[in-house]
Amino acid sequence: MDLSFSKDELSFRDEVRDFIARNLTEEAKRGQRLTPSALTEKAVFASWQAALYKKGWVAPYWPKEYGGAGWTPAQRYIFESELSRADAPRLLPFGIHMVGPVIIKFGSQVQKDFYLPRILSGEDYWCQGYSEPGSGSDLASLKTRAVRDGDHYVVNGTKIWTTHAHFADRIFALVRTSDTPKRQEGISFLLIDMKTPGISTRPIITIGGDHEVNQVFFDDVRVPVENRVGEENKGWTYAKYLLEFERGASFRATGLRRQLEEVRELIARDGSAVTGDDGIATRLSEIEIDIDAIEMIELKLLSDVQAGRNPGPISSVLKLRGTELVQAITRLGVDVIGYDSLIWEPRRPLYGLNEPTVLPEDELAILPSHLNGRAHTIFGGTSEIQHEIIAKQMLGL
Amino acid sequence: MDLSLSEEQRLLGDAAGRFIAGRYSFEQRRAILQSREGFSRDIWREFADLGWLGLSVPEEFGGLGAGPVETSLVMEALGRALVLEPYLATAVISVSLIGDLGTQSQKSDMLPAIAEGKSVLAFAQAEPQARFALDDVATTATRAGGGWRISGRKDLVLGAPWADALLVTARMSGGQRDRTGIGVFVVPAKSAGLSVADFQTLDGARASNIIFKDVPATALGDNADALPAIEKATDIAIAAMASEAAGCMQVLLDTTIAYTKQRIQFGKPLADNQVLRHRMASMAVKLEEARASALNVILNIDADPLTRARAASSAKVKVGRAGRFIAEQAVQLHGGMGVTEELNVGTYFKRLMAIDVIFGSPEFHLQRHARLSRQAA
Repeated sequence: MDLSFSKDELSFRDEVRDFIARNLTEEAKRGQRLTPSALTEKAVFASWQAALYKKGWVAPYWPKEYGGAGWTPAQRYIFESELSRADAPRLLPFGIHMVGPVIIKFGSQVQKDFYLPRILSGEDYWCQGYSEPGSGSDLASLKTRAVRDGDHYVVNGTKIWTTHAHFADRIFALVRTSDTPKRQEGISFLLIDMKTPGISTRPIITIGGDHEVNQVFFDDVRVPVENRVGEENKGWTYAKYLLEFERGASFRATGLRRQLEEVRELIARDGSAVTGDDGIATRLSEIEIDIDAIEMIELKLLSDVQAGRNPGPISSVLKLRGTELVQAITRLGVDVIGYDSLIWEPRRPLYGLNEPTVLPEDELAILPSHLNGRAHTIFGGTSEIQHEIIAKQMLGL
Repeated sequence: MDLSLSEEQRLLGDAAGRFIAGRYSFEQRRAILQSREGFSRDIWREFADLGWLGLSVPEEFGGLGAGPVETSLVMEALGRALVLEPYLATAVISVSLIGDLGTQSQKSDMLPAIAEGKSVLAFAQAEPQARFALDDVATTATRAGGGWRISGRKDLVLGAPWADALLVTARMSGGQRDRTGIGVFVVPAKSAGLSVADFQTLDGARASNIIFKDVPATALGDNADALPAIEKATDIAIAAMASEAAGCMQVLLDTTIAYTKQRIQFGKPLADNQVLRHRMASMAVKLEEARASALNVILNIDADPLTRARAASSAKVKVGRAGRFIAEQAVQLHGGMGVTEELNVGTYFKRLMAIDVIFGSPEFHLQRHARLSRQAA
């Protein structure tokens, strides 16, 4: 067993570091640090995505023929770790990690040729139409309906928790196309232009004060049949494929370590009342010990994938514990700033605030991050669903 | 970056699994436990024949010169079978101390004897006032002629009733909490001046509390600054115990899953109840984390002392808490039978309790981790 990276991998790491040093602006880093929600806005990541695009690193995990980089799992790990460490803005996963891989695997040639380059360039901003007001964890119960009318589907219904629908150009949506006894067998996967008449959105403000998610309404929305991915009524298969990518999307440990580092920096500030507080120091250690374990599980997973072994359902363990740790870190942040955690900054986006604020800038995102962070154990499969997956798939229960 | 086992390591792990399955069933263990000595010389000889006692002894001294990964594979198997023999004290801790501190001639005398199964050693370190602090040493070593004399008290000397000799930490100079001035000494088990109180530990092993009164001793090497080597040996022991604990936890998890699938209540298997399914999922998650944490210290044994120590404390916290949780839930999910001696669940519970406290509780190690983190900053 060997924890060290090879010479080639280390020179790749240097290449990534060099790229970051040349292309990641202070403004972009500040924007990411002042993003208290799970996903980053385009105004923050646009210049960074443009630089990655020029280098061919927007979707490095895609097959090379579609613009991927042909990296090994270790290179992927190094790339993600270096980006987290540098406070690089996170690109949106909806195109790169979700609908992109689905189109690559199940889409028509026309769809691939049209959509994939637009995802890479950032021309298309995607959002995800999965959950509905009546369908959360039980996704297959969805009711948004698409009825065939000539060479169009007519879509009626509503989607909820649609992150960045208010910015998006397109939505990929699961719709019901048949009332089969087995609910999963009557679902299709549609690619819909958000400018189509009949689509409207309603903002949902979350407890951290952010407008990140929306409800989207479809009122007789006409969608060309050629915008369906794969076969009619086979959408559930594609949806599950996408969820695998969503859960196994990325390595978390380095990002968690970076977040904890920010809390450490708050504690170490001049005049901080908690420097030297034993209780706080103990909690820092508790979290760090947890991150060490998560990191080693990720390295084991990486090693398995490199060796061509199937790592099994361990991504559920990582999702479960990784999101709990996000919450532990943001809660520690709130505790560290003490009374300042009661100061409510209502203006958004935080990165857009250039005038003086009551809170110092390094505290601005602490409270909203903590409050929005409660969603981490809910989206992408709740912690309870992860327990169920672990019980079933890991333990055979 | 490669965390897969080599072919030899896989073979070692398989062999260890087969050995304990064939030679250390629960009935066989019970017979050893109830024997007068509480320890099987036959098993010990077989450990030697398999090469396990010399696993980490350098090849020039008759061992296999293997590393902490190999030790962890054997320890996990020992954990699954709740092996009573003093593998940790002799083949892990003593080998590390002698290797780091001993003179060339002490190494040539002592290490081959360990590898061949001819020498059982115990580590006399803990003192009543020190709780878990390795640098709190009140036992004294004073020069007498060409050798030394030891006076003081050592508690919970694991495996001492079986040992041919004790490795004793004692202060040669300085105050009780000074980091320098601590040495390690070899004391033959039958020496004059030893008052020994033998007892059984809760997990079925044997140990002693020992009072030393001017007991003649030989210094291991000539080093009045043995604390770094003592800290390293205990960190290695913590890594080994973490793997042993993983073996214990795996058995408890497997047993609990099997039991809840087969036990029918209210007309359906217990495992159909979501509250129990999720409890077992939590057990599995904690075991995964404990294994990862064990691997982290195993792979950092040869790192710089600060990194190694932080990884060891990290594992002690993670493994200790996981062990407690899994053991308590295994008993809980077995219902009334879980608290009886008729099932082995409680026996694993007790061993995990012992592992939890030996070389420091999770709380002690959490504080140590926090202290080391400040030091690193």
